[in-house]
Amino acid sequence: MIEQVQNPVLEIHDLTVSYDKKPVLWDVDLSIPSGKLVGIIGPNGAGKSTLIKAVMDLIPTNSGYIKLFDQSLGEVRNRISYVPQRETVDWDFPASVLDVVIMGRYGKLGLFKRPRKADKEVAMECLRKVGMEQFSKRQISQLSGGQQQRVFLARALAQQADFYFMDEPFAGVDAATEKAIITLLREMADQDKTVVVVHHDLQSASNYFDWVILLNMRLVASGPIESVFTQELLQETYGGKLTLLSDVSDLMRKEQYPHREAK
Amino acid sequence: MEAFWIILAGSLVAISCGLLGCFLVLRKMAMVSDAISHAVLPGIVFAFLISGSRDSIVMLLGASLIGIFTTFLIEFFHSKGKLQADASIGVTFTWLFAMGIIFLTLFAGQVDLDADCVLHGEIAYVPIDLWITQAGDILGPRVVYIAGFMLILNVIFIVVGYKELFLTTFDPAFAGAIGISTTLWHYLLMGAVSMTTVASFEAVGAILVVALLIAPPATAYLLTEDLKKMLIITTILGAVISIAGYYLAASIDGSIAGAMSAVAGVLFAAAFLFSPKEGVLIKSIRNKSIEVEA
Repeated sequence: MIEQVQNPVLEIHDLTVSYDKKPVLWDVDLSIPSGKLVGIIGPNGAGKSTLIKAVMDLIPTNSGYIKLFDQSLGEVRNRISYVPQRETVDWDFPASVLDVVIMGRYGKLGLFKRPRKADKEVAMECLRKVGMEQFSKRQISQLSGGQQQRVFLARALAQQADFYFMDEPFAGVDAATEKAIITLLREMADQDKTVVVVHHDLQSASNYFDWVILLNMRLVASGPIESVFTQELLQETYGGKLTLLSDVSDLMRKEQYPHREAK
Repeated sequence: MEAFWIILAGSLVAISCGLLGCFLVLRKMAMVSDAISHAVLPGIVFAFLISGSRDSIVMLLGASLIGIFTTFLIEFFHSKGKLQADASIGVTFTWLFAMGIIFLTLFAGQVDLDADCVLHGEIAYVPIDLWITQAGDILGPRVVYIAGFMLILNVIFIVVGYKELFLTTFDPAFAGAIGISTTLWHYLLMGAVSMTTVASFEAVGAILVVALLIAPPATAYLLTEDLKKMLIITTILGAVISIAGYYLAASIDGSIAGAMSAVAGVLFAAAFLFSPKEGVLIKSIRNKSIEVEA
């Protein structure tokens, strides 16, 4: 079930990626419409993070092409935001919360220019949106996991982009942070921004996303959640992990899926 | 006056090294600087053979190219050969350093370079090694000019590229995503480290330059949690190390470069024990007082 769309904001064509000749992604071909909250879902090692790294041109690809807003990444870089996994950076780095959020302005500043007062104001505004404004002077080494993730989200907001890629933003965060983040992402999608999130929790996935990409080295499905989040397709994605899957199907039956609160 | 020139040369070298060292420490690349400081030796010998003088631009450029080549080799063995990063560092720099030693002994007759001086430096000779123009004017010690020029270059590099250095050090993936080339800034930094090492080796030698690259930033790292303050503290430490090192060496009549590095080590130990935030001693006292209150 791979639904291709008209006027996609992201178009991936025939993408193959490998590490040391070992293929991680095979022949991925998909397109995504604008203004959606999109989940990339699949088991560990399915190539979820690899897919968005390939889109951000952070790793070499073997074949295929990727278009954002019908252009190459280089031409639209200022409209794209990328949030790496929280664990990829050293949180003992000598920097304050505000320092990190202002990094979101660097792309717009260009080479050798220093952040100005306006950039600081944008950064503070973004910290307010994630509920962290009172922590702006705090050293990043003193943050909890959830606070670190909020800081990363604030930095992404400071980029004022139209398209956001987030690698596991819900990994290891507290429930309050997860709720705050998903509310914010929902608001962004409502303003016609597109948000793509790597996610591994099937239970919450059914409530969070309007578009789902099911991935397990090859693309299993891509489409609106109603048509993609079916037991057969999930089974195909997760292969032998049947106990987990029967849990999911129970859950879906109980919850009368699809299920989301009306706006 | 002699003391002044030695201390000035020492400070300029120590500050240059320390400023770049801050970024090396934060990039977890401290040992790469060890590799570079040794690997530039063949570059120094060859540049000397070609240009015939010790203070030419040829020498700085030649050695910095070798330094960049060294970091490239380390990366190459690590990523293509699947060799562990530390083994890759060990293989690369010992081999290049050995080449340097062979060339140095091979061309000993033609080269006015002393192996001992290259390895251990001879900062005590700074005041007598003067820069004399062709007209015969004496402009002061040559090493001070070289070290001063290098410091200005490094300060310009860090001030102008602060944002890029900060970001590529903290979060390379994000830097790449917004279009800042991490590879470019990596090699720019390595080039700066190589040039600084070459400019410093006459003063402190190829071995002790590592102490000046790493010890002051490591000390400053324990004292602050702000990169700008870390750079400032490193600068102050560089001057303190030079002054205290000189008088320590004078009082015991020993090697000045050795004394400077020893002071750097003592300052680090003091920060390790007494730093208000990270100090081991302060922490245990604080924990005790919490126990008492409870």
